Amino acid sequence: MTDLASASEVNETGVNITINGVRVVAPKGELVIDAAERNGVYIPRFCYHPRMEPVGMCRQCLVEVDTGRGPGLQPSCMLTVSDDMTVDTESETTKRAQEGMLEFLLVNHPLDCPVCDKGGECPLQDQTLAFGPGESRFVEEKRHYEKPIPISDLVYLDRERCILCDRCTRFAKDIAGDPLIHFMHRGNETQVLTFPDDPFNSYFSGNTVQICPVGALTARPYRFRARPWDLAEVESTCTTCSVGCRVAVQSSRNELLRYEGVDIESVNHGWLCDKGRFGFESVNSDQRLAGPYLRDVNNSDQLVGTNAALEAAATAIGAGRGGGGVGVIGGARLNNESAYAWSKLARTVIGTDNIDAQLADGLSAQMVLSLPRATIADATSADNVVVIGTDLKEELPVLFLRLKGAAQSGRIKLTELSLLVTGLSKHASASHRYVPGELAHAVGELLASNPQLASGSTVVVIGRPSAADFPDEVEAAVGVLTAGLPLATFLPALRRGNVMGALDMGLSPGVLPGRVSLDEGRDWFGSVWSSLPGEVGLDTAGMLEAAAAGRLDTLVLLGADPLADVPDRDLVERAFAGVGSIVAIDNFVTESVKRANVVLASTAFAEVGGTTTNLEGRVSRLGQMITPPGTARADWMIAAELAWRLGGDLELESLAQIWSEIEAVAPSHAGCTLEVVEAEGAIEGVVVPIPKSPDLAGAPSGPASIRWSAPALAEPPSVDGYSLRLVARRKLYDAATNTQMAPSLANLAEQAQLMVHPGELRRLGVESGTRVNVTSSRTTVVLSLVGDAAMPRGLAVMGLRQPGLAASELIDLRAAITELRIESR
Amino acid sequence: MTDIGTPIDWAPGFIANTTPKIVSGRFEFEDSFTIERAMATGAYNGLKAALAKTPAAVHDEVRGATVLGRGGAGFPAGVKWGFMPPDKWPRYLVVNGDESEPGTYKDRLLMERDPHQLIEGCLIACYATGLSQCFLYVRGEMPLAHERIAVALNDAYEARLVGKNILGSNFSVDIVLHWGAGAYVVGEETALIESLEGNRGMPRLKPPFFPAAVGLYGQPTIVNNIETLANLPWILSNGAQAYAEIGSESSPGTRLVAVSGHVKRPGVYEIVNGLTTFRDLIYGDQYCKGIRDDNELKAFVPGGGSAPWFTPEQLDVPFEGREASAEGSMLGSGAVIVMDETTDIPTAALSLTKFYAHESCGKCVPCREGGTWLEKILTRVVKGQGSPRDLELLLEVGATICPGDFPHASSSRLGLEAQPFPYKMTTICFVGPSAFAPIHSALTLFPEEFEAKLTRRDTIPLMSMPVADATGTDESVGAVS
Amino acid sequence: MRFFTSENQRLATEIIGRYPKARSATIPLLHLAQEQHGWISDDAMIEVGRLVDATPAEVKGTATFYEMFKFAPVGKYLINICGTMSCQLLGADHLMHHAETKLGVVAGGTTEDGLFTLEHAECQAACTEAPTLQVNYRHQYRVTTESFDQLVDDLAAGNLDGEIPPHGTLGRVRQAIPADKSVGAVPPTEVDGPPVWLAVEGAS
Repeated sequence: MTDLASASEVNETGVNITINGVRVVAPKGELVIDAAERNGVYIPRFCYHPRMEPVGMCRQCLVEVDTGRGPGLQPSCMLTVSDDMTVDTESETTKRAQEGMLEFLLVNHPLDCPVCDKGGECPLQDQTLAFGPGESRFVEEKRHYEKPIPISDLVYLDRERCILCDRCTRFAKDIAGDPLIHFMHRGNETQVLTFPDDPFNSYFSGNTVQICPVGALTARPYRFRARPWDLAEVESTCTTCSVGCRVAVQSSRNELLRYEGVDIESVNHGWLCDKGRFGFESVNSDQRLAGPYLRDVNNSDQLVGTNAALEAAATAIGAGRGGGGVGVIGGARLNNESAYAWSKLARTVIGTDNIDAQLADGLSAQMVLSLPRATIADATSADNVVVIGTDLKEELPVLFLRLKGAAQSGRIKLTELSLLVTGLSKHASASHRYVPGELAHAVGELLASNPQLASGSTVVVIGRPSAADFPDEVEAAVGVLTAGLPLATFLPALRRGNVMGALDMGLSPGVLPGRVSLDEGRDWFGSVWSSLPGEVGLDTAGMLEAAAAGRLDTLVLLGADPLADVPDRDLVERAFAGVGSIVAIDNFVTESVKRANVVLASTAFAEVGGTTTNLEGRVSRLGQMITPPGTARADWMIAAELAWRLGGDLELESLAQIWSEIEAVAPSHAGCTLEVVEAEGAIEGVVVPIPKSPDLAGAPSGPASIRWSAPALAEPPSVDGYSLRLVARRKLYDAATNTQMAPSLANLAEQAQLMVHPGELRRLGVESGTRVNVTSSRTTVVLSLVGDAAMPRGLAVMGLRQPGLAASELIDLRAAITELRIESR
Repeated sequence: MTDIGTPIDWAPGFIANTTPKIVSGRFEFEDSFTIERAMATGAYNGLKAALAKTPAAVHDEVRGATVLGRGGAGFPAGVKWGFMPPDKWPRYLVVNGDESEPGTYKDRLLMERDPHQLIEGCLIACYATGLSQCFLYVRGEMPLAHERIAVALNDAYEARLVGKNILGSNFSVDIVLHWGAGAYVVGEETALIESLEGNRGMPRLKPPFFPAAVGLYGQPTIVNNIETLANLPWILSNGAQAYAEIGSESSPGTRLVAVSGHVKRPGVYEIVNGLTTFRDLIYGDQYCKGIRDDNELKAFVPGGGSAPWFTPEQLDVPFEGREASAEGSMLGSGAVIVMDETTDIPTAALSLTKFYAHESCGKCVPCREGGTWLEKILTRVVKGQGSPRDLELLLEVGATICPGDFPHASSSRLGLEAQPFPYKMTTICFVGPSAFAPIHSALTLFPEEFEAKLTRRDTIPLMSMPVADATGTDESVGAVS
Repeated sequence: MRFFTSENQRLATEIIGRYPKARSATIPLLHLAQEQHGWISDDAMIEVGRLVDATPAEVKGTATFYEMFKFAPVGKYLINICGTMSCQLLGADHLMHHAETKLGVVAGGTTEDGLFTLEHAECQAACTEAPTLQVNYRHQYRVTTESFDQLVDDLAAGNLDGEIPPHGTLGRVRQAIPADKSVGAVPPTEVDGPPVWLAVEGAS
């Protein structure tokens, strides 16, 4: 669907066609409208969108075409090129038809352009100017509807402006798979509408606003905020999740106002999820941390200057360095350059390997970095795609769109293995359930019963199924996969924005920049860096346990909120109580930041440039559009300042210089120079390692040096007939700071609740919606218990971080599974 | 055969005194729709004859008979069947019983009066071309047809004439009675398929959606009209040769034609195809017997509401497709609407334009916006509020729907040469042009009747469009005249 | 509570089973809903959507395309007076004017007693019998003002109860395909070759 079927047919052989008298060669299967555009002839259009199936409804792209039987008007969006075809987009007949269509479209289109958000960037307005008749002969009353009406929390619909091009409705049905808006009524009364009390709650609704060729659909966060000609724009890469969608970031008067999807073939095809699209509101938030502060022994906050705060942070870190140790948690929010700076700061100046960008809720870095990596393009063209664990629609929405599109078109055979029904389940050829704790066994059964997975190309998309289960389970499962499918490639479904860049830069214990292990890279980095820690350090869980045991003096929270994110709240509380001091570097005063002794303000998205890396390993540019609030500074600068105050020198001066250093020292990034990343037309980004790029002399090769071996297959945990096994899943909208700080998104997060199969309700003898006591090995909480037939029996499902109560309260991260007892109150 | 001047109760409108009879043979029996009467009068003999042949031979027989499609387009059924790709399965039969073209009344008669003939025709088509399921799509507003077909199908299933192992053979097919819900455009074959898939009945674009290649559920699909299929039992029973001997070489057999409007004896007649002329039909004694009150004939619609109009000058045109086209119209669905000298031509045209504007599916712009606009202008003219500019505007708006010369009949009165059928169109299907056809015919052939209604002599002020100025920073709605 | 009565639920299942894809049953099920309820309620569309695997918006998109589906209560008798050409030529406008006077409602309205809804209609495929009207889609031919009055009086008096069921009911006889004689509907993806009689004889 999304990838037009013609794409695969193109390029085989060319056909000769004539466009406005000029002979050109067009690939077989190309649409006339595209062939013309490629050759500099723009044919006006409204319904045609290159990423959707053409429908030929608006008739605006009619052009005179002669295929040997005399010239005739044909919709150029439905017609593929054929040999010796003659196309005339400027003939009298063509012009009359195009003028006529525009006059018809304007018959009922209100002339409220001066108050319309689309004015100035409106295809109807622009094409009327370019191709229209200049005057209307229509004197009757136009159609009238109530305007505008909200069709969701985010989108408004003005039916008077709508020209019924079927773009939004086609998008909703064919691309998003949420046919909640639809044509209703008939003929001249046709209108786009939702069903009563069933709003257009799609994770992708904002795309309909972007592709609307008139001002019929407007997004609440942008309504009446700016005129297109007042917007400044820079291209960037969305870092809301690790898919890395290309976006145009638009601002006015140093305030972000809108993100628009940019169409790149390799990643997002122009689409964005709403969380990414409207996330700019959190950058603009007046809750942003605008400067540093210190919290004294009396727990009162004291605003201080940057120097004083850096001094205090350096003192705290210095104390740890000289004593019980320092740990750095976080870094997935950072750009690559800042991640590198922090990696270098920790290893060379602080002298610790205790650093981890993941919060005990992801996958083993060693595993992720050592597995043969697939690209999204691989996954959408492989013979088989196996999705294991996560609900991509909730975690990596645009990857979901791409896989769904590929599955719908029949190009790939999609097999799913998950705890619950996911957004992809109904698009999969086969969708299997398994029981928490038994993933590796389920994978083994899957491989045994699907021998075709071993023949042909197979891409495995794997993520963490539930934060309530011990991650060893996933590693064991991957071990089964790599043994059974030795040629398979993998897309790690890690969620946080630049988590892959952070891992590539070494923000994980035992891993150095460039996908090199600490041990293998010791010689190389010993030569390019001043010094290295002697031992492999602790990961987040290890650091927290050490802190809880009083074995860690200082914790640095690098844009991390462990209290909210680590799936073991009890452990984090004990760690915070046991640690000497906490230094937090963040955009907001999160729950964890509130517990810090020193707080430094850092930049957010669009406030700093540099590069980011998506889950494929694709390095792409970030754009700076606005200045940060107050004295907030880029994370790499904070690292450099701290180094200096700690008596070291990172020798890092600018983003460009840092990138040059990365390219020079990180084996996986060899050849990925700034020139390559910034090259003209490189909006697709660059996937590292670049094939055939020369190795760095003297450096170990990247992935090969990471040693990872699968843990032994554990016995499935025994069944406790009185308990339900907890599944802690991620939802797109949750209590995460960036969501809650975006007013348009904050209310979209569902309140925390525990969902079970209705049969469990009957067994417990309670009605759906009853508040019950839920007890785990950690604690007892009160939750509302809801029956849902989509939930497998024996499981209890809750969001990891929904408002009201986080599942992390219930989880012991060292336990294989989390069992819950439910009792009525 | 006696002349039954008034309609008989059990077949309203059907006039039985014509010969030969290919599809209406059973109509004269009051209980023609029952399986008992059908079996007693040779029903399913055509099917038996078919099953005695190979499917390919049956297809050849139908191809040889040149059964022109009776739904409007007039394409030979046997040839249409041959357009299915040879290696794509399953294939389906969709029977178009959504009769709703203004003036047309024959398919309902065939469904209500002889459902077994229709079922037999469906089975022959399925057998010949390997169609694995048949959907009989009946217009929603025809509950009597539903009832009669439902009973007939239930009886036929019971008699093992439909379903598994028909008549003990290895030929098995289900016929599913499906009913519409009121939308004229669903009579268009791709819209019919959309509707049968549970969607809004909006036409699909051809190409790529030629039903024979990409039809129901994307599979090869034959869409045939009721009357087309009703011809098949006779052809299989009597042979293609016998069929071809009736009518003209290019238009063999007979066809049902409904004549309505200002004639003495309106009714549905089975006429000999290709040879019968409009004069025969309107004035002939076995047909309509002339104009009511012996008035003068002013004009007539020769092929359903979509067809450009004829005047008395075209009375000698026969029911033959190419001849009708050369004269500027089409035979369409076998519907003749007759207007006598008392007819108010603009008002009559408006009744059709209104119909097509209302029945626009709304998918493509020229039909959705242009059709309604035409209706608004014409309404203004008919109400006596029009200006000369409005008459030009009607033609200009129409020219955006149908660019180039629109077909019309010749008129020696006005010194007009005929402009042959068909027209060009910017729309996806024919509904948009059909809104314009009556206006164009009426205005071309009877301009004085429109001029007589004009009262306003002023010209319409022109409204300006919203345009951004060169810098794109300012929009204005200025007055330009 | 399910929308359909248990008998209609059974019928709905049977109807869906006749089609290779459930979605094709949308219109028949909407008719069934209208027969049960007299008009199409939101609940009806939600339930039909559930049965054919469509969103309520998709079902409403389909339903509102077709004129026979009503989204608010209508009279027990829906009187549709045809106004298209053949009927217009023979006095349909006059008949409509008379009907409005007789019933005391304008076209589109329902009489206060809830018995009659009057509507403009389009070609009813009975053009030779113009002017025509339909009562709950049952044809009345060559209608005069007198025969119209008689019809309305008969309907009001219940004289035509046996012939004209209340609005919503179309055919009073349904197709019933006996299971043992049915070939059965197969999803198109599950068919990969010509039917048996053709496979033996060869495709045409």
